[in-house]
Parts: sequence; C-alpha cells; structure tokens
Amino acid sequence: MNVLQEQTIPLYGRIVEKYSKLSTTAASQQARQSAFHRFQLLGFPTIKNEDWKYTNITRFLKDEYALEAPSAGAPAELSELLAKAAIPDLDCYGIVLVNGVWDGKIEGGELPKGIELHRVSDALSQPGDLFTNDNWGNLHFAALNAALYTDGLFIRVAANIVIEKPLHIVHVYTSDYNLMVQPRHLWIVDRNAQLSVIESTVSGLSGEVKIWVNNLTEIIVHNDAKLDHVNLQTAATGTRLVQQTIVHQKKQSLYNSYTFTLPGADLVRNDLQARLEEDHTETHLYGLYLTAGDQLVDNHTLVDHQKPHCFSNELYKGVLLERSTGVFNGKVYVHKDAQKTNAFQQNNNLVIGKKATIDSKPELEIFADDVKCSHGSTVGQFSEDALFYLRARGIGEATAKALLINAFAFDVTEKIKFPAVETYINQQISHHIPVNHAG
Amino acid sequence: MLIIKNLHAEVEDKKILKGIDLTVNAGEIHAIMGPNGSGKSSLASVLAGRESYQVTEGEVLFEGKNLLEMEPETRAREGLFLAFQYPIEIPGVSNINFLKTAIGEIRTYKGLPPMDAKEFLRLTREKQKLVEFDAQLVNRSLNEGFSGGEKKRNEIFQLAMLQPSLSILDETDSGLDIDALRIVAQGVNKLRSDKNAFIIITHYQRLLEYIIPDFVHVLYNGRIVKSGTKELALELEEKGYDWLKEESREQEATTI
Repeated sequence: MNVLQEQTIPLYGRIVEKYSKLSTTAASQQARQSAFHRFQLLGFPTIKNEDWKYTNITRFLKDEYALEAPSAGAPAELSELLAKAAIPDLDCYGIVLVNGVWDGKIEGGELPKGIELHRVSDALSQPGDLFTNDNWGNLHFAALNAALYTDGLFIRVAANIVIEKPLHIVHVYTSDYNLMVQPRHLWIVDRNAQLSVIESTVSGLSGEVKIWVNNLTEIIVHNDAKLDHVNLQTAATGTRLVQQTIVHQKKQSLYNSYTFTLPGADLVRNDLQARLEEDHTETHLYGLYLTAGDQLVDNHTLVDHQKPHCFSNELYKGVLLERSTGVFNGKVYVHKDAQKTNAFQQNNNLVIGKKATIDSKPELEIFADDVKCSHGSTVGQFSEDALFYLRARGIGEATAKALLINAFAFDVTEKIKFPAVETYINQQISHHIPVNHAG
Repeated sequence: MLIIKNLHAEVEDKKILKGIDLTVNAGEIHAIMGPNGSGKSSLASVLAGRESYQVTEGEVLFEGKNLLEMEPETRAREGLFLAFQYPIEIPGVSNINFLKTAIGEIRTYKGLPPMDAKEFLRLTREKQKLVEFDAQLVNRSLNEGFSGGEKKRNEIFQLAMLQPSLSILDETDSGLDIDALRIVAQGVNKLRSDKNAFIIITHYQRLLEYIIPDFVHVLYNGRIVKSGTKELALELEEKGYDWLKEESREQEATTI
C-alpha cells in the first residue's frame, strides 16, 4: 500500500521501520496495529484529499526526519524558550513538556486534591489500554500518532472537583537534527468537575533544522463538567505543527476552546473536533490566526452534533500578512437525531499582505429539521476611512494599522477569561505587526 | 497661520476646487458657507490630507510650512485638526486608548516626553467636563453605537484633548438638536483663544448664532464667491443662496 509514498517520501520508510521495531504492551498492541493499518491505507495527505485540498504539505515531506528524539536532559536554550512562553502575572500551575515528555515537575505550588497528572509512558506500563479505540476516519496524522506515540500527558480531574487556578502546559520542541515527535495526550474532566488548561507551544531550532510535531490530544468532558482550553501556538520557523484535538462531550458539559496561532511555524494544521455525544451540551470555539512570512496555517474544525438540544458557537478570525496562506474549514454536522440544535459559525479575515491568501470554507451538513444554524465568512482589507480617521488625529500609519488589527482581533481576544492571557496575546499581536509587515 | 493660494483639486478626475484663496490668522474664526455640493467638505478633506483628492494647482502654507507635502498624521501633529462630518466607528479601539496613542505620537513628533498616566487622566477629566462629554463614553469603543450627537461631541472632546492650533469643523452642526448644538458651540467658545483659529464649515446659519465668526465666506462651484462679516451669514439665511448663484453666473459670463 502507498508504494508511491514509500518510494518518494523518506519519512514513510522510517515510519514502517519504526513500527516494526516498536516494543509494545499487549494492551495497546491491537489499537496500534489498527491505527497503523489505517495510516497505511490513508498515507500522507495530498491535495487530492478533500480535507487537504488547500494545504499542500509535499514540500514539508521532502525533508528527512528522524523518529527518535534526542535523549532527555534540559536543552541549552530551554530557559530562553520558557521565558518566551511565560505569561506575566498569570497565577497558575505550570508544567513543561520537552519533545512531548514531562519531567514530572510542577511550578506554582502543590496540585490540589482531585487532579492527577501522569506521563503517558508510565500509564502504558499499567494493564489495560489507556486510550479508547477510534478508527481515525480521515485523520491521517492521528492514525500515525496512534500507531507510534510513546509519551504524552495524562490529566484527570475527579468528579465534583473545581480546579481554580489554570494549568499552564508549555510544550517545548527542540532538536539539533530533523525530527518528528508524536506526543499523545488524554485529558479527562469527570462529572461536574472544572478545569482550565492553557497550552503554549514553542520551539527552538538552530540553523536549518526542521521539527515535525504530530500532536494528538483526546479530551473527555463528562456530564456537567467544564473545560476551558486555550492554545497559544508561537512555535518558530522550521516547525511543522499538526495538532489534532478530539473532544468528547457528555451530557450538559461545556467546552470552550481558544486557539491562537502567531507568526513562526512553517506549517500549522489544527484539526479540532468537538463531538457532542450526548444532549444539552455547550461548545464555544474561538480562533485567531495571525500569519506572516511564507506560513501556511490551516484550521479545520468539526462540530459534530449527534444529539438534541446542543448549542455550539464558533468564531475564527484571521489576519494574513506578507506572503502567508490561511485556510479555514468549518464543518458543522447535524445528525438526524440532533433536533433543537443551535449551531453558529463565523469566519472573518483581514488580508493585508499583497501576496497573502485565504481559503475560507464553511461546510454545513444538516439532517435534522428543527434546528437553528447559521454561518458567515468574510474576507476584507483595511478600511481606508478608519485608517484616515486615525491618521487625521496624528497617529502614524504603522501604529494606526496595528490598532486596527488589534481591534479586528478584539472580538476573539476579549473572550479569554484570564486577563493576563488576554494582555499577553495582545502584546504578541502588537509585537508581530511592525511597519514593514503592514504593506 | 494658514494661507491658501489658488487651490485647485479634483477627485476621480472631477474638478471640485477651482481656485480657493483664503488666509486665516491666529485668533480668528472663519465660517465657510455654501449650498450642497459647492466644495465645502472637499476643502476640509484636502486640508486634512485625504488621499482620494488630488491637488492640481496652488499651494497651502500652514505656519509657514508646505501643508500639501505632509502626510495626514504630520498635519495633525503640526496642529491641524479636522472634526469629521461623519466620524468613523471603530469597534475594538477604545476611545481612551485612541487618545492616549494620538497624544503619545504627537508628543514624540514634537520631541516632548510622554505624558504620564496621572496627567493624562487629569486632562481627560478636565476636557470631558469642558465639552460635557459623558465619562462612560470615554471608555467605550471609538464611536461604536454612539448617537449622531454623541459622535459630534466626541469630535469636540478630541479637539479639546489634542489642543490643535487650527481646527476645521466640517458640518459639525448637521444632525444636532438644539441642546447638542449649544454644547458643541460652548465647547468651541471655551477653547478659542488668540493663539488658535477655527474654520467652521456649515450649511446653515444657526451654529453661527452661538459661535460668532470674524469672517464669513461663501463657497460656490469650487470658489469663494463672496466674503464678509457675520452679517453676510444673516443675509444668506434670509435670502438663501440663489441670488449668489445668479451673481456668480453673471460674473462668470462677464469674464468669458
């Protein structure tokens, strides 16, 4: 299968080799095997795959990647990267994962009762499979991850426990040679429990080194539970980040997602799936992508309304600078059983770079007849009138544009419930809009 | 302060201003009146530097400097202020942050140190009282959801904050009820001094009952066809613009 890819993509051969050598526990063997077969069937995605039509990753697959991470030990640039990820004035618990491996340390005080954190590698040595089975559908990279993952972070919040302080997870990716890492995480928020997670993704790569992060996060939000989930993607040039997040929502649960992608990584592909498996759930998906250089940033979201009386609202905004490319594909699937669904979606884009492009595609498939669904998509440029108004008050063109970009992003940034994170994001945005970007 | 000589301008190849001459000195208030489409607002736009207007002839000196060569922000930093006929709504930019940014950039341009937060707050309070601008509006997004009157008052509030030497009020009175009109006028009267000047563009005479101009000019068909004192405004109120239109047509006819 995929003979062509085996011959043309060096990484493909390495993957086959790695799989054959994988030492695995009996419990996870079957799941790995079926995931691997799925990946072999799917291969790496090409633009012939509908979900990858606007996101051509061929050029990134030309590079060779090792699958073995450098041996543990703090990389030299760690403190610098941690400083970049630090959110000033945020009262939180902090943990750091280097290339997907947690060192077991926690900053910000001892964790309260009712929340447990483990390395996935530790859990793997226990009997029973940690992860639920999934056939991975058309998730090429998730299937690959599920076959080859070795570590990640397991979080569980026990029933009725409210964790007040957010948990800040800093993902550091670093290597001296081209590398693919495949962390796999599982987070469970039990009945009536509450948790806030803030993830920061940073990377430090010297020279021409490339790193491919194939991340898979599964989240289960049980009955009446609540999870706030902020994603801050600030990885550096040379990084290819594929981040798949699959959220299983149970009865009356609430899941809020805030995904921010900033200039840096060559490729960012976010697959965010909210699977509303029981009734009366609430889901908010907010996203902001500010892209620059030759970046390719793709947000694919799926809100899967399986049951009745669920509410979902999605707002993604994009600011595209220089020669960057953005893709937004928002799928809302309302099953026949999912009556009384409320599903709203909005995607707005500000295309600033003369060679920047955006492909925005709302995709609504509705099979129930008693639903309220709406979607909207806009692509625009700076308002000349607004720009002139600001300049007529003495504000220089560059500052005026920065103000307008911040204002455009405001609808999304203001949704974050942690003021320190909102401030951090606004600073990051301003930082990336110097004069020369604005043209 | 401002010397306009033989100013010609066009927009999308349409001639709008056809030779304007006007001199404004410190301490003076000039009213520019005229029928719709005579070029009043175009003159304001050209002076403020709106890019859709092309100046084809003439010159404008502001405090001795060539105004027409300056970017819009430079004109503002040099002390020119345009109160917009239609102030723009900018959701997501707070009024106060907008003013802070503007004052900051103007001070940097002038080589002044940044204004400290306390002083800025004091200034905001003082000016907001002076022009009777609602304190709650100060913290809202710039003009977002403001009524027509609130937007116009915000223009005067900004004027008070930025303390320009030359202010151009472009039909600030349009869409205002009598109370709002009085508040705007009182604001201007409190702000006027022998160091600054105002150009008040208006279609009606009623604003001039509250702000007494030193000079009144009538703009018609891209030219100033008549200048006088405040009595001219009253005459226009009484007789309308038709007699002026006639007069200027006759003049044109004789020149040909």
